[in-house]
Amino acid sequence: MNWYRFRQTIKLGAKSLWMHRLRSTLTALGIIFGVCSVIAMLAIGEGASQEAQDQIARLGSRNIIIKTIKPPEEERPDAQGSQMKEHGLTYADAEQFKHTIPDIQVVVPQRRLMQEAWYLNRKIAIEVIGTIPWYTEIAPVDLYQGRFLNSADLNYRQKVCIIDEEIFNKLFLFDDPLGADIKISGDFYRVIGVASKLESAAENGGSEADSSGQISGVAGNVYIPLTTAKQRFGEINLQIGTSGQNVEKVELQQITVQVKKTEQVLPTVEILNNLLSRSHKKKDYQIVVPLELLRQAAQTKKIFSIVLGSIAAISLLVGGIGIMNIMLATVSERTREIGIRRALGAKRRDIIFQFLSETVMLTMAGGLLGIVLGSLIPFLVTYWAHMPTVVTGSSLILSFGISATIGITFGLYPAYRAAHMDPIESLRHE
Amino acid sequence: MAIVEIEKLSKNYQMGRLNVAALRDVNLTFEKGQYIAIMGPSGSGKSTLLNLLGCLDRPSGGCYRLGNDDVAKMEDDELSKIRGQRIGFIFQSYNLIAQLNVVENIEVPMYYQGVSARKSSERAKELAELVGLGDRIDHRPSELSGGQQQRVAIARALANDPLILLADEPTGNLDTQSGGEILHLLDDLNNQGKTLIVVTHDAQVAKRAELVIHLLDGTVERIEHNGKGN
Ligand SMILES: Nc1ncnc2c1ncn2[C@@H]1O[C@H](COP(=O)(O)OP(=O)(O)O)[C@@H](O)[C@H]1O
Ligand SMILES: [Mg+2]
Repeated sequence: MNWYRFRQTIKLGAKSLWMHRLRSTLTALGIIFGVCSVIAMLAIGEGASQEAQDQIARLGSRNIIIKTIKPPEEERPDAQGSQMKEHGLTYADAEQFKHTIPDIQVVVPQRRLMQEAWYLNRKIAIEVIGTIPWYTEIAPVDLYQGRFLNSADLNYRQKVCIIDEEIFNKLFLFDDPLGADIKISGDFYRVIGVASKLESAAENGGSEADSSGQISGVAGNVYIPLTTAKQRFGEINLQIGTSGQNVEKVELQQITVQVKKTEQVLPTVEILNNLLSRSHKKKDYQIVVPLELLRQAAQTKKIFSIVLGSIAAISLLVGGIGIMNIMLATVSERTREIGIRRALGAKRRDIIFQFLSETVMLTMAGGLLGIVLGSLIPFLVTYWAHMPTVVTGSSLILSFGISATIGITFGLYPAYRAAHMDPIESLRHE
Repeated sequence: MAIVEIEKLSKNYQMGRLNVAALRDVNLTFEKGQYIAIMGPSGSGKSTLLNLLGCLDRPSGGCYRLGNDDVAKMEDDELSKIRGQRIGFIFQSYNLIAQLNVVENIEVPMYYQGVSARKSSERAKELAELVGLGDRIDHRPSELSGGQQQRVAIARALANDPLILLADEPTGNLDTQSGGEILHLLDDLNNQGKTLIVVTHDAQVAKRAELVIHLLDGTVERIEHNGKGN
């Protein structure tokens, strides 16, 4: 088939599609929506997974988080009532990590407490994080104003704090926070810095008080020197619950260590596990590896995308069946025309090509429109539903490829039927 | 020179368990430039014969030579080519393609032979002129009278300058006036040397033909030789 014949066939196909505008449009709609949904679904899947990966990456892929948890035997309600229970990570643990594992670059112990913060007559629930200046190594701290903790704050047990933007917004409204004093548990802390919101308690999932379900609706984090936290809040935690009084002693709620290279993460986890299993027979710790979570997230993403993609592909398939249906109707409607063309010298392959070109044009047009719409929908989803979406080039190519394949596959049978009708019968057809 | 030679040509149709012999052992020879009429009662096999002559169908038995080719045993693609190059069809119900205009309809046979766009549209316009429709070239079939449509069909049949023109009741759907005009046109073509094979019930047609084949029950009952007509 030469170029001229090819062009003529395309012209002929376009003409007959144009003659049946409404029918062509309705048929193409199936493909348009199919392609649209493939792209949109994949964009939503991709967006969700990237968000999850970002969240995990913010925890740091070179970080290993060791958390204090309640040892299993203490979960039981204790009828004895008041009793001192000591568990969890200790300063000694932190020291040991630092001195025995050479791959570790920095060790950041954290004391985490649920408290209330007051400024003037305003009160909000917060999570106090007592930590050291090197906290900025393990979590990116974006300071809007002021500075983070320094060694002097730590050494002199200064009553200073860095608040995050949530707290700033809720407590200070229009006041200048720097130099102001906020009251936490009877003591005043001077605000020395305002940072962007780093991690919500829920995301970190980790402090002991949090997992006990005691608080929810923590507005944000307040960072104070670890030494100050130890001095002011002590290590005794009194809980009055349904099972009576519960006194427990916990030194540190969390220790985050950072290794020099990502390859060192898993071996270091191994070593940490060994060390801790010897010193903590009660199993009162838990190790969280963001890198592992990252890998799991990638896996989940794959499954998520496959599921969403398949659902969308089914709608493309339905579109394809619609095309086949219409083309079969078209063929039987144009039986006589086929007979005439055959009598005037058309070969079977000419007829096949004529009908196939119509379906392919229809699906191509539908596919292109679907790509345009499908690239717009994720923006709307992000805009209206605040869901993150990412339109990837490969999803565009994939959906277009699928629609073209469907066009050819579902167009083939009607075209074959048309070409193999008996010319004499076709000419007699009314 | 014989351009059509058929020998012991037969065609059977299988209707369930019934075997219908539509043509039985037909022998015919046509010379170039002849005007041939095929007559006979309904069901005698006229259309079957014409379809075989037009290579729309393959015989159940016998030989058919068209020009220099033995077409009885050709493959589908070869038959398509023969139809496109050697045969011009004129149907009782015109059989124009409704969505194409006059010129485009005339171009269809040339399109399948790969004639270039420029050449084929030139020739199509010439042919439209020839059949007296030079001023209607962009009309759709639905905008033309029956007689005009049949003229377009004749122009289309001439597009690839075929060896034989086959017409099945070309005036069957027309009134006497426009039927007469069509017959005139066919006369002109025959006078210019075209071989015409026309199936008809019309005595007017038979009078013009130099050879009238009378069919009965799928066999040639008799052949009438007229002196060259008009
Ligand atoms: N496709 C077919 N299937 C079965 N029988 C057919 C078919 N075409 C024609 N016939 C039979 O063949 C015979 C000749 O038909 P036809 O050539 O159409 O006659 P005519 O054109 O002279 O009226 C008739 O008996 C008809 O019923
Ligand atoms: Mg008939």
